[in-house]
Amino acid sequence: MQALAPFSLLATGYKGHDMNRLTEFLVGLLFGLGLILSGMTDPGKIIGFLDVFGAWDPSLAFVMMGAIAVGFVAFALAKKRTTTILGGALRLPTASHIDKRLIIGSTVFGIGWGLAGFCPGPALVSMASGQIQALWFVSAMVAGMLAYEAFERGR
Amino acid sequence: MIAIDWSHFTPWSAITGGVLLGIASALFILANGRILGISGILGGLLPPKAGDAGWRLTFLLGMFAAPWLFVLVAPADFMSAPRIQANTLTTVIAGLLVGIGTRYASGCTSGHGVCGLSRLSPRSLVATLSFMGAGVGTVLIARHWL
Repeated sequence: MQALAPFSLLATGYKGHDMNRLTEFLVGLLFGLGLILSGMTDPGKIIGFLDVFGAWDPSLAFVMMGAIAVGFVAFALAKKRTTTILGGALRLPTASHIDKRLIIGSTVFGIGWGLAGFCPGPALVSMASGQIQALWFVSAMVAGMLAYEAFERGR
Repeated sequence: MIAIDWSHFTPWSAITGGVLLGIASALFILANGRILGISGILGGLLPPKAGDAGWRLTFLLGMFAAPWLFVLVAPADFMSAPRIQANTLTTVIAGLLVGIGTRYASGCTSGHGVCGLSRLSPRSLVATLSFMGAGVGTVLIARHWL
């Protein structure tokens, strides 16, 4: 039974919507494929984009344009709905405040992003493909997230 | 004074990959009712909460399957070795900063950059300008001044 533990963890969020599990997996897969195809799993493409004052590679701007063109339509549709097409709860963000946490947090993230050329998504995909440097990055990122949890609980 | 690196600029694969990211984000909000934000999805597992871990793990499994599926259909040299790679110490420091920063900001390139800008959120626009500005500044200092 011990060996089945990971599977029971998988089932903890299960509330009878079979389709949800399928779409969650497919969305993860599509997102991962999009990151690879767009070249974002190569830290060189990220640093090339951020290197505005050197040899600038604008590819990432095109990735954002492609993603936002589709996302804009999807979120406009989502804002008009109260439930998902599968009948579940539609959780649109409610936070709209612009504060120090947002700006300082994003700035700290941006410094790390510029140093290694990894943000969370591409780092996870690169780690899964067996890249050792991505494994270092993700381990440190998880440690950073756990440190945040510890700080927040101590407040 | 901006000089475009034409030898590495890949507009077509960038825009096609971007559309895939958009479709994934669209499906996630319309079918699952959730924002596709990687730092939030991962951070919510640290530690996992009862009844809230399954969807996060299923999504991550799908993401982890992507490179293995991709090599089956793509030319062998597509996912070649990264062009630039930071040394291990820099990589670890960068990972810590990204982990802490994205959690304080409640989002990263996917949650704020793609989903937030798609829903025209001023909060996400400020986040995106902040991390892009910090990224540009970091590369300027690390690659041109140091």
